[in-house]
Amino acid sequence: MLHHARWTSYWQAAPLAAVFLAFFILPLIVTLVVSFWSYTGYSIEPAFIWDNYRDAFDRCVESLPDLCTTFRTYLSTLKFCLTVWLLTLVIGFTIAYYLTFEIRSSTVRLVLALLCTIPFWTSNVIRMISWVPLLGRNGLVNQALMGAGLVEQPLDWLLYSNFSVILAFVHINTVFMIVPIANSMSRIDRSLVEAARDAGATGWQILSNVIIPLSKTGIAIGSIFVITVVMGDFITIGIMGGQQIASAGKVIQTQIGALQFPIAAANAVVLLAVVLMIIALLVRFIDIRKEL
Amino acid sequence: MAQEAGRGEVEFAHVTKAYGPSLAVDAIDLKIPASTYCCLLGPSGCGKTTSLRMLAGHEAVTSGDILLDDANVTLLPPARRGTAMMFQSYALFPHLTVAENVAFALKMKGVPKVQRLLKAKDMLEIVDLGRFAERRPSQLSGGQQQRVALARALITSPSVLLLDEPLSALDPFLRLKVRGELKRLQKSLGISFVHVTHSQDEALALSDLVVLMNGGRIVQKGTAEDLFSRPRTAFVARFIGAHNVIDLGDRAIAVRTDQTRLIAGHSDDSNTREATVKTVEYAGTGFSIQLVDDRGSDLTALVPEQDFRGAPISEGERVRATWAPQAAHVLEGGAR
Repeated sequence: MLHHARWTSYWQAAPLAAVFLAFFILPLIVTLVVSFWSYTGYSIEPAFIWDNYRDAFDRCVESLPDLCTTFRTYLSTLKFCLTVWLLTLVIGFTIAYYLTFEIRSSTVRLVLALLCTIPFWTSNVIRMISWVPLLGRNGLVNQALMGAGLVEQPLDWLLYSNFSVILAFVHINTVFMIVPIANSMSRIDRSLVEAARDAGATGWQILSNVIIPLSKTGIAIGSIFVITVVMGDFITIGIMGGQQIASAGKVIQTQIGALQFPIAAANAVVLLAVVLMIIALLVRFIDIRKEL
Repeated sequence: MAQEAGRGEVEFAHVTKAYGPSLAVDAIDLKIPASTYCCLLGPSGCGKTTSLRMLAGHEAVTSGDILLDDANVTLLPPARRGTAMMFQSYALFPHLTVAENVAFALKMKGVPKVQRLLKAKDMLEIVDLGRFAERRPSQLSGGQQQRVALARALITSPSVLLLDEPLSALDPFLRLKVRGELKRLQKSLGISFVHVTHSQDEALALSDLVVLMNGGRIVQKGTAEDLFSRPRTAFVARFIGAHNVIDLGDRAIAVRTDQTRLIAGHSDDSNTREATVKTVEYAGTGFSIQLVDDRGSDLTALVPEQDFRGAPISEGERVRATWAPQAAHVLEGGAR
């Protein structure tokens, strides 16, 4: 009986494990293997060479302290990542706090939470193209600003700029912060807030001593979502940056477009390593396992 | 802990709490002398917890004033009233160690870390938990958590400690033990404890002052003995228990179940009721006999064990319940 029950749980986990194995682990292994293959303009040969990794960091060490293209690309991607992470964290935390602690009625909370998902009702590409009539040179925002006499000429930096890339990223990723943080917050016992107030804590002290520490798990999970999405992105940066801004993901996409699979694979492995390092750093600060 | 004697004089002056049109607390007046163990007793929804929370400052007063040691605290924030609250579920911070929990109020005041943790350790020694200082609350038993909550509340040296159903999460054996500890602690600190409970046993055992509430009003206040031997209304007699409420037509009386006797034979005495035995329960010190009298009301007689052995009574038997005239206590407002 006991023996039987133990195997039941394995069977229950098996389908997801199989999907993970077939569509996540195997492709990852293939990518790793291919990253060591050699290629020419028209062929790909199985091999075990480090050339692809060397090419990925072409003249990077020699040219220091000047940054090579790869380092500059990663630095730019990391800057986007950090900015978007900070913005989504602050906005997401605030909204989650509002939904959890300020809204008394659970119906209203549910409706507002659903409102947060509206950006997902259309496809990513349509969503981004929709920014054009809003932010373009003759877009609504520029027309409104000029109409109000606030600017003489249309603002160029509204679209196809760092600003528009960050705007699109924040717009789409904030909800990934809201949901896990709100989930953590909803599990905070209200009497803890009252106990803190009873002990003389001010609003900010309650936030920093009770709510933030107890929302850490949600913050970590949301951060992982946002960081992985932004680090690997090439569509948003491509469209919103007017194909003018480099990113780690964009490099890989270009190489795949040129059918240079081995070097694309090598870059993908490097990107994965960078993302894993960031997450490892994050998890060090917040011991997720302890909080779960 | 040396405390100056006689702190924690509380006064509710016509205090009302309204939620929309409904009154949770209806213009209560109550004086709790300094160094008093006061229990707010009543059924759920009677306004006892709301009264406690208004005293703590966690609930705004709709009208009226609350005074503490002659200062009007009605509009003060919780931490500036001289009260400290122990929550029903203890509300310990799960992410902090026991010592950090106890030191929390000092941290909020900006006391340096070393000092506040030292003071917390001292406080933990008082509740006999010194060796658990570095643990997390989840690693402690219910009784230990309760003492951590107590230490955390007492670290600010409040003049009134407010306890919201502090014993309800404990098992019955521990409840009796902690009950004794609370009473001893209150005596040694010389401050007032205001303790909300729905258990009359708890209130009778602990209180210098019992305040029985119902429907947002105070029904009766006094010593435990006052309430038990002289219940003012039928509600008090029924809530305190161990009383029969008997409707005599023109008035209602309360007779303690241990002073209600069962006799055989006929009597024209007005102090008797013909009744049928419904159930017989062994109650340790005697037998509790549940009766239905011929007017359909329930009565209980607590028969001492020896008497019962001498003349056993069985279910379905016809008996006569009687009481001495001096055992009858007239109730205000009839039997309802």
